[in-house]
Amino acid sequence: MTTATDAITGKKIKAPRVGAGIPWLGLACLALFFFTVLFADVIAPHDPFEGDLLNITLPPAWEEDGNRSYLLGTDMLGRDVLSRLIHGSRISLLISVGCIIFYGSIGVVLGLISGFTGGRTDMLIMRLADFWMSLPAIIVLFILAAVNGPSAKTIVLTIGIMGWPNYARIVRGECLSLKQRDFVRLARVAGCSNMRIMVSHILPNIINSIIILATIEIGGIIVLTATMSFLGLGAQPPSCDWGLMLAEGRQYITYAWWLVTFPGLAIVVAVLGFNLTGDWLRELLDPKQKLR
Amino acid sequence: MSMMNMPEDRLLYIKDLKTSFFTKKGVVKAVDGVSFEVNRGEIVGLVGESGCGKSVTSLSIMRLVPQPAGRITGGEMTFCGEDLLKKTEKEMRLLRGNRLSMILQDPMVSLNPLLTVGYQLEEAFRYHKRTVGSMKNKCIELLKKVRVPAPERRVGNYPFQFSGGMSQRVLIAMGIANKPDLLIADEPTTALDVTVGAQVLKLMKIIQEESRGAIILITHDLATVAQVCTRVLVMYAGRIIEKAPVKSFYKNPAHPYSQSLIQSVPVLGRRAQRLFSIEGMPPSLLNPPPGCRFEPRCSRAMGICAEKYPPESRLGEGRQVSCWLYGKG
Amino acid sequence: MPGYILKRLVIAAFTMVAVLTVVFFAFRLGGADPVAIMLPPEATPKDVRILTEKFGLDKPLVAQYANFMKNAATGDFGKSFRYNEPAFRVLFQRFPATLQLGLAAFFFALLVGLSVGITSAVSPGSLIDRFGRLFALGGMSIPTFWVGIMLILLFGVTLRWLPVAGRGTALHYLMPAFCLSLYPIALITRLSRSAMLDALKSEYVLMARIKGVPEFMVVMLHAFKNASIPVVTVIFSVFGALIVGSVVVETIFSWPGIGRLVIESFFTRDYPVVQVFVLFVTFLVVMLNLAVDIVYAYIDPRIRYQ
Repeated sequence: MTTATDAITGKKIKAPRVGAGIPWLGLACLALFFFTVLFADVIAPHDPFEGDLLNITLPPAWEEDGNRSYLLGTDMLGRDVLSRLIHGSRISLLISVGCIIFYGSIGVVLGLISGFTGGRTDMLIMRLADFWMSLPAIIVLFILAAVNGPSAKTIVLTIGIMGWPNYARIVRGECLSLKQRDFVRLARVAGCSNMRIMVSHILPNIINSIIILATIEIGGIIVLTATMSFLGLGAQPPSCDWGLMLAEGRQYITYAWWLVTFPGLAIVVAVLGFNLTGDWLRELLDPKQKLR
Repeated sequence: MSMMNMPEDRLLYIKDLKTSFFTKKGVVKAVDGVSFEVNRGEIVGLVGESGCGKSVTSLSIMRLVPQPAGRITGGEMTFCGEDLLKKTEKEMRLLRGNRLSMILQDPMVSLNPLLTVGYQLEEAFRYHKRTVGSMKNKCIELLKKVRVPAPERRVGNYPFQFSGGMSQRVLIAMGIANKPDLLIADEPTTALDVTVGAQVLKLMKIIQEESRGAIILITHDLATVAQVCTRVLVMYAGRIIEKAPVKSFYKNPAHPYSQSLIQSVPVLGRRAQRLFSIEGMPPSLLNPPPGCRFEPRCSRAMGICAEKYPPESRLGEGRQVSCWLYGKG
Repeated sequence: MPGYILKRLVIAAFTMVAVLTVVFFAFRLGGADPVAIMLPPEATPKDVRILTEKFGLDKPLVAQYANFMKNAATGDFGKSFRYNEPAFRVLFQRFPATLQLGLAAFFFALLVGLSVGITSAVSPGSLIDRFGRLFALGGMSIPTFWVGIMLILLFGVTLRWLPVAGRGTALHYLMPAFCLSLYPIALITRLSRSAMLDALKSEYVLMARIKGVPEFMVVMLHAFKNASIPVVTVIFSVFGALIVGSVVVETIFSWPGIGRLVIESFFTRDYPVVQVFVLFVTFLVVMLNLAVDIVYAYIDPRIRYQ
């Protein structure tokens, strides 16, 4: 590559690096996360639910009273922190994916109806979506948790009900532009029913956007579910949900710092992985920034 | 008629201007060695198809090439004897909108939708401190000059309340507010329908005659050029391939590309008209070929055309062309 | 314009009615015994009977609903079991504490977020840009409650520089307000940066530069004014973040506001207070929607002239 000089400033011009932007850190975090999800049973050194009462609140292995067998220490019931962290990744993933499938379905359906039907239905659904989006999920959680009792399922229900507007909006946008395309018009001329057009013609074309949106959102969902569990409104003991681990460990903060530090780090690693990779994917596959 | 002009009359002198865009896919040489001059009293038409570099040339003159991707990488630019490349940003700002002005293509997006038209007009001279009397009155005067009806009311209106033709007149008003020596009009009639466009062109010609400045009219439409210009510059793939006074250009286009351009303008009344278009596409500016860039589409290409770039040959009467058909001037 | 505002007010009123209805039915038809929900655990059968009569729970659902709406209109949302006072009063007494913290966090977030976002867009690739984007990423990836706990660990327990609980001096504000502001800063930075980048690429910005308008005016008057339209929408996400954040931060730092109140009320089954909290927050959201609609009309003349 020949170097060029800026005629005004006289300085050399650096061309932008090609291939720059592959999110190595993000991919590494994701790899670690999925590795623990898949192989939790194999790589966790101890049972995450069984505590050795002779070894409660042991510090991490590198500290003075640490034990090599409990690498990151133990909690107040003698359970190995590392094993609990590893199994906790499964819970995070399960809950988040559950939420996304739930509100994703609602969002896609409403978005298709909205975009395809147009007119008053469209306006109504979009207005509803606008308002719905401005409601904080937590207030719905309070009601549902009061009625159903706090649990991981309640979280999935709550976020499932609240999270559809973003999806609906984007699916609707895609629908609107696809509606004008020739293959849709041809299908209409051929006499396909609206339902059939929506499902067989439009849906396959928007799967791309649906997946990208999921990767962008999943990070935020993990943080939100961890927060809800931390407050006690979500996963209940003896679950090894990371937010719950932090809530339990909080009381011992003055002398067992590892109980609050490592679960938090786990959350950060997982979420960073999804956010960095999601951002990169979006840059790559959606240069027009339709999904912002 | 002698083409020798007094030095004070030479408003713009450009030699070997090069502007490139540094993108992830590589370096796009949008302007790759462009040389021309503009004298007082001229209306110079800069003609070429989309992507040939005409707009980038005009942005380069204004030094408003979109950064950081776009940079001027070489050449000389002189305006009224002053070196444009050596000026500081502050000095350029004093020139812009003042002695050196520009009119953009699409008036619907060139006006800020959230500010009144009056305010945006005021901006044209607010920062150049040449007002005598109230700014609002000056705006109304300007609108009158460009034939916008009911200017007193229009001054307080917002751009969305203007039609396309009206908005273009507002842009022209902004361009001529300070009686610039050089006005660059980038496709001023492309976004308008034909009748409105014709009126706009007539208006520009009148204004230019009054102010004794010069206009560079950028367009892809040869009919426009025939209507108002005194001279023509034909641009292709980042370079100027022909320069000629308007009359002799239309009578006798020299470069094969120019000939194709003129042939492709449909003429009413001529029988058996097959719509003429030039086959092929201009070359990519990422890696321009070493020889003449029109060669792949040229019906009269010779061996040497693909190998070496033709130097500029003088054809007399102020005409120049870069084509091997005319050998070395 | 007045017609526009009136229309929005009417929609707001309808929305509140709709929300009240939904909350009523959610609490009562959610499959749980409505009386049991509203009674403290140690209630006797006599208490059950009194409550049933008082709330008309033996009457048909529609009558209960009418009763509920009537009470709501007068601000009567039941009585808190813990405090033996009207639930709304219990909430309202603690609201100023939350408001102070929330406003402090909000304005700090606005200041930092806008400055960094705008500067980032104006000088892409600069140090501020890179640092700002990093910070925004962090704000969205690191949970607020963890930051709070870590800060307590560092500044409260280890260094002992700052108080870790309660509300009193200016020092008490520092950590909670900072924590609360992190996610909003990330949101505002991100959105203002992308909105400004878009605005700076526009033709009208080029036009302003062609006229010789000084760069500061180009950025603030032309670009920012247009960018502020999408940026205003971020206020909803920020508000949501402040609500959740308040609950979290007040719990962690034992701040005497409504966030901590609602959590405590929830776990002591003082459901009238929980209900009031939900309704109050929803009311704030509806008001926020209204305010944003009005601000839009003010900024964008195209809406006004419809």
